[in-house]
Amino acid sequence: MGVIKISNLYKIYDESKIPVKAVNGIDLTICQGEFTAIVGPSGSGKTTFLNMVGGLDKPTKGEIKIDNIDIGDLPPRKLIDYRLNNIGFVFQAYNLIPVLTALENVAFIMQLQRKGKKERNKIARELLETVGIGDKLDRRPGDLSGGQQQRVSVARALASKPKFILADEPTANLDSKSTNELLDLMLKMNKELDTTFIFSTHDQRVMDKARRIITIDDGKVTSDVRKNGSK
Amino acid sequence: MIWSIAWRNIWRNKIRSLAIIIAVTIGLFGGIIYDAFAVGMMQQRVNAAISNEISNIQIHNPSYLLNEEVKFVIKNQDNIITGIKEIEGVKSVSSRIKVLAMASTAETGAGIMLNGINPENEKQVTKLSEQLVEGDYINAQDRIPIVIGQKLAKKLNARLRSKIVITAANAEGIISYGAFRVTGIYHTENNMFDEINVFVRKSDLSGMLGMNQNDVNEIAITLFDHDQSIPITNILKNKYAGQIKREELTIRPWTEITPSLNAMIEMMDSFSYIFMIIILIALAFGIVNTMLMVVIERIKELGMLKAIGMTSQRIFQMIMLETVFLSIIGGMVGLFLCTIMIKYYGYYGLNLESLKEGYNSMGFSSIVYPHVNLTFYLGTTILVIVTAIIASIYPARKALKLNPAVAIRENN
Ligand SMILES: Nc1ncnc2c1ncn2[C@@H]1O[C@H](COP(=O)(O)OP(=O)(O)OP(=O)(O)O)[C@@H](O)[C@H]1O
Ligand SMILES: [Mg+2]
Repeated sequence: MGVIKISNLYKIYDESKIPVKAVNGIDLTICQGEFTAIVGPSGSGKTTFLNMVGGLDKPTKGEIKIDNIDIGDLPPRKLIDYRLNNIGFVFQAYNLIPVLTALENVAFIMQLQRKGKKERNKIARELLETVGIGDKLDRRPGDLSGGQQQRVSVARALASKPKFILADEPTANLDSKSTNELLDLMLKMNKELDTTFIFSTHDQRVMDKARRIITIDDGKVTSDVRKNGSK
Repeated sequence: MIWSIAWRNIWRNKIRSLAIIIAVTIGLFGGIIYDAFAVGMMQQRVNAAISNEISNIQIHNPSYLLNEEVKFVIKNQDNIITGIKEIEGVKSVSSRIKVLAMASTAETGAGIMLNGINPENEKQVTKLSEQLVEGDYINAQDRIPIVIGQKLAKKLNARLRSKIVITAANAEGIISYGAFRVTGIYHTENNMFDEINVFVRKSDLSGMLGMNQNDVNEIAITLFDHDQSIPITNILKNKYAGQIKREELTIRPWTEITPSLNAMIEMMDSFSYIFMIIILIALAFGIVNTMLMVVIERIKELGMLKAIGMTSQRIFQMIMLETVFLSIIGGMVGLFLCTIMIKYYGYYGLNLESLKEGYNSMGFSSIVYPHVNLTFYLGTTILVIVTAIIASIYPARKALKLNPAVAIRENN
C-alpha cells in the first residue's frame, strides 16, 4: 500500500533542437510513510521529476507505478480522477482559490470527490484545527500570511486522503520561522497519519528535517540517504 | 461550489466586470430603445395613415384604380355598404367621390385630390373633423363649404372664407367648374397629405360634376382592430366574389393601398436587426477579449485547479458561468433601464421638435411614442446572453487545453 516505484525515468525537452535531459534515468522506490526530500541545484530536474510522479507531466520514457498501477497508462480523464483521489499537492504559491475561505478551500477538494456537505465541512474544520488555522476558518487566502496559507494548503492536500503528498518547494516563499513550523506540521502529519511526503527544497534546514534525502543533479540521482530511525 | 466560485470570481476585478456589464447593458439598451422608437414611429405613422388618410380597407371600381376618373363608380354601392356594415369588426363605412382636380384662388393654382364626402359618415371613418386648426368641419348649414390642408392654404395663399375655384373633368370628360368657400383648415402630421387632399360635400360635388346622387368612387372601411385588416378583407372578398369576378370591384387592405408604407415597416425591421447584429458583434469581441484576459491572468490558478483534480470541463463551465453571470446582470440592468425609458417616453412621448419639418414632410409625427414589441424585447435579451456565452467559448477553451505542469511552472 502506497509504494511508488519509479524505473528508468526520462524527461527530455526539445527533442528536435538541443535536447534538455531534465530527468535522465531515475530509478527509485518510495515506500509508504516516508518523509523524503528531493534536493539539488537549480535546474537539476526536481520539479520535472515531481510533476511526472504527480501525473502532471508525461515521461519521455520509463514508468511510474503506484501500487502497481502505471500512471503513464491512464487516459487523461482517469488521470485527473487518480490525482484527485490519490495525490495531494502543495505548490510553492497559488495553492488556494483566492475567492474561497480557508474552510471552503479545504472543503472544495472533497466536493470534487463528491463527499457530502456535512462530512466535508467537518473534516475541513478538523484538519484546519490540526494545522493551527482553527480560528481563521472564514478568512480568504489574501488575509492569511504566507505560512498560514501553506498550512491551509497542507490541510487541503490531506483532505482528499491521498496515498502521498507532493510538495514542490513548499517553503520557498516563507521566512525561517514559518518554514520551521510548516516542516514540523508536515512531519507531525506524516507521523500521525502515516502519509507519505515527497518534497523538494533548496533549504538546508528543510533537508535536516527529512528522513530520507535524495539528491538529483543533471537529472540523475547522485545520492540517496536514509537517516537513522527512518523506515 | 463552482457557481459560487464563478460568482465571486466576477467581483475580483470589479472594473473589468463592470466594463462587461456596462457593455451588455448599453448593447441591449441601444438595440431595444432604437427598435422601440423605430417601431413606435412606424406604428404612429400607420395609425395616422389609417385613421386620417386611407382607412383599413378600400373598395373601388377596378377601372378607377387604373384611371382616376369620376365615371368609374361603384355599382350597387348602397347594397354593398349595407352588406359591409353587417360584418363583425367593422367600425364604420364612408363613401366618397374622388377626383383629381385643380384648385385656384385669385393668385395661384394647384393640383389636388378632391374628396366628396358625407360629413357625418366621414367623421366616423377619418379623423379629419378633429384635425382642424382653423374654422370648422363641414356643417349642414354651410353653403358650398371646402376644407383644405394648412400646407395647401399656404400654397394657395387662402384663408378662412377665401373663395376657391375647383376645376375637374366630369363623367363625360368635360371640364366643369365650381366655386367653394373655405370653412376649415386642417393639419395632419403628413405634409404631403395636407398639400393634396381637399374635402367638399359629396352632394355639392356630384351636382357640380353632373353625377347621380348616389354615385361614389371609393368606399372606405375602418375596423375596430387594425390587425383585422387582412382577415376582414378576405371575408369581403368572399362575400363579393361575384362582383370581383365580373371586375366590378376591387377590395384592398391598407397594406396593398400603400405598399410603400408596408415596405417601410419591413425596412425599419431589418434596420433594427442589422443594428442589433452590429451591437452583438461588437459585444462579442469585447467579451472574447476580456475573458481571454481573465483566463490568462489566472493561468496559474487554473493550472493548480487542474492539478489537484478539477476536470477541464468543470474549469470550462466555471469560465462560462462567469460570463453568463456578467451578461445576465448586464441584461437585467439593460432591461430595467429600457423599461423605465420606454414607460416614461411611452407616456410623455419623445418630442423631436427641432426635426419636426423633416419628419412631417415624410409623414411622420415629431412626437414619438416608443413601442415595445415583446418578441423583440425578449429575443434581444436572449440573443445578448447567447452572444455572451458563445463569445466566452473561445477563452474558456483556452482553459480547457491548459497543461497543468506548464501552467504551474509559471509560478517561478
Ligand atoms: N518546458 C520546458 N521546456 C524545455 N526545458 C525545460 C522545460 N521545463 C524545464 N526545462 C528544463 O529542464 C531542466 C530541469 O528543470 P526543473 O524545473 O525540473 O529544475 P528544478 O530542479 O526544479 O529547478 P529549480 O530548483 O530552479 O526549481 C532545466 O534545465 C530547465 O531549463
Ligand atoms: Mg523547481
